[in-house]
Amino acid sequence: MADLKLDQIRKRYGAVDVLHGIDLDVKDGEFVVFVGPSGCGKSTLLRIIAGLEEITGGELMIDGDVVNTKSPRDRGIAMVFQSYALYPHMTVYKNMAFGLKLDKQDKSAIDARVREAARILQLDQLLDRRPSELSGGQRQRVAIGRAIVRQPKVFLFDEPLSNLDAALRVQTRLEIAKLHQDLKSTIVYVTHDQVEAMTLADKIVVMNGGNVEQVGSPMQLYHHPETRFVAGFIGSPAMNFTNVRIDAVAPGKVTVSAPGGIKSVLPFEVPQSEVGKIVELGIRPEHLAPGDEETLSVNGEVDVVEKLGDSTYLYIKLANGDRVTVRAPGHSRIKIGDMVTASAPAGAAHLFDGDGKAFVKVDYPAEFSAEE
Amino acid sequence: MSNSAAVKSGGFRLGLLLLALPLLLWLFLLVILPHIDLLLVSLRERISYGKYEFSLINYVEFFTEPLYWNTYVRTAVMSIFATVLTLIIGFPVSYYIAKVIRGKGKNALFLMCLIPFWVSELVRTFGWMILLRESGVISNLLQWIGVADGPVEMLYNDAAIMVGLVYTSMLFMVVPLVSVLDSLDDSLIEAGYDLGGNAFTITRDIVVPHAMPGIASGCIVVFMLTLGNYLTPNLLGGKDSLWFTEQIYTQFITRFNWESGSAFGFLLLVLSSVIVWVGLKLSKQTLSQTVG
Ligand SMILES: Nc1ncnc2c1ncn2[C@@H]1O[C@H](COP(=O)(O)OP(=O)(O)OP(=O)(O)O)[C@@H](O)[C@H]1O
Ligand SMILES: [Mg+2]
Repeated sequence: MADLKLDQIRKRYGAVDVLHGIDLDVKDGEFVVFVGPSGCGKSTLLRIIAGLEEITGGELMIDGDVVNTKSPRDRGIAMVFQSYALYPHMTVYKNMAFGLKLDKQDKSAIDARVREAARILQLDQLLDRRPSELSGGQRQRVAIGRAIVRQPKVFLFDEPLSNLDAALRVQTRLEIAKLHQDLKSTIVYVTHDQVEAMTLADKIVVMNGGNVEQVGSPMQLYHHPETRFVAGFIGSPAMNFTNVRIDAVAPGKVTVSAPGGIKSVLPFEVPQSEVGKIVELGIRPEHLAPGDEETLSVNGEVDVVEKLGDSTYLYIKLANGDRVTVRAPGHSRIKIGDMVTASAPAGAAHLFDGDGKAFVKVDYPAEFSAEE
Repeated sequence: MSNSAAVKSGGFRLGLLLLALPLLLWLFLLVILPHIDLLLVSLRERISYGKYEFSLINYVEFFTEPLYWNTYVRTAVMSIFATVLTLIIGFPVSYYIAKVIRGKGKNALFLMCLIPFWVSELVRTFGWMILLRESGVISNLLQWIGVADGPVEMLYNDAAIMVGLVYTSMLFMVVPLVSVLDSLDDSLIEAGYDLGGNAFTITRDIVVPHAMPGIASGCIVVFMLTLGNYLTPNLLGGKDSLWFTEQIYTQFITRFNWESGSAFGFLLLVLSSVIVWVGLKLSKQTLSQTVG
């Protein structure tokens, strides 16, 4: 088991800069998830850790040793590929034993480890099959098994569930979570599915365009996004954004307004220089509810209604043209064309400056805080 | 109802037959018929003008005359060697084309393998003669540098034959290898490195097993082309080339002995079938895998 340290890691393909100096600390036994939109460099970063891509600049340390120039075999890592990368001409057993055989371990030791891994992953009955005779989920487990038998310091997963159907994805997700509890190994996991990220991670790394946008626990990212990008990326349905003007500031208070209704005092620490500027207000759909009981209210015409059974999504068109999603509990009676007011507690609001950086929120209720 | 269905399916079958007819005709007229005739002719002896009798004399003659079966064995061994050599040179080239080089360079390189085939085999072989002969380019070059003090003859030996055969066969090895290696997922190779492999173990345990059908089909084609090649051994090897096809040519054309020529032809067919079969068995491939 080991910890991992990235120091100003850069990657360039020819003239294209893909990673612009990534800093990251992964502690022993931690489950770290990289998320971000397609093309942001998640896989590239993972492959750099694996030793499959050369590092253009910076330092990569595993267990305190700089491993920049070490080959994959000397890094003590094991990667699970998105395509599984199982060898079609080998049986499940041989696939799992392959790494150990290359390590020149003796036969009985290999056998013991393969059978142990097969037991953990419930592959006992399948050891003599070829990968082509397995289902997607079983192939996935073999790929994980092939990594487990090597007892690596760090496991690397690149979107391991993306080829599975929805039901199997949930099941395998639970299995991976359990595996992490049992093995207590360090895991770095790439996904663009935020449910996977929220449920599996001790620590989420949100990446955007080759930079780390924010690192934190799932709840930190949910409640305290540091940038507009993170706020919009974490949470489903996505956070609502609308432009507001800063009318006045006081210590720990800011008054914002927008044409067509919004006028609120929100608990943010905003510098005097921002007065008169246009900033972005963010509210999560689940914090809005029909009615005007709360301080921060919006209103407009409903133009789409989606009923999910346990809740109803209302899409409200504001006076300034922005659309706001409201997640109403249960089965709402509101119809398309209705004029609706929805409101949220002031503590649920997020405020971002012109560069997309969050203003510091002060004095908010515990339900909007990451602290347990 | 059932009647019309019967008519319909009958019509369908007739259509299929008509479609397959050219292929069947070609198979029958150009492949099966000549070979049956070849076998029949090889099994008779000419008693007098226009009078023949069943006999094994042509085959007996082959086995009792050392020149014949020496040539036979030599041709087989040389062909196997040429095939292996083509594979050894063609494999890295194919790997480079399929896996290492990307984009424009890939097509350019592939085209370069194809270019020699735009000229006829005769011209290609003459090209080598121009290079290798006593008054040829290489000989002159060596004299000019001062390595050799007189003209050097590099033609008319086994090495020259080998060079010509490998050169002529290269494309037929590279094409199936490139296509089979193209289908090898990069992540399989990367997983190999991740699992602790090095270039050698990955080639041995992953790349070669994956490429086996391509290797087998490339080798079969190259081997058959080499075994049945007449021009290259004859031109580059000269009088001493001792290629079995030359014996067949001699029997048919020079000696006008169709009976023993047919026997030799049939023996060559047996030779190539047996060696291909053994090769497939050794590499655990089946013919359908290789072709498919
Ligand atoms: N071999 C390469 N040569 C040039 N550019 C590359 C290469 N590999 C990746 N890139 C570029 O690097 C960027 C990051 O790619 P990467 O595969 O890491 O994205 P990702 O975050 O994993 O995306 P996805 O979620 O789609 O898998 C992309 O813009 C891609 O075009
Ligand atoms: Mg990726």
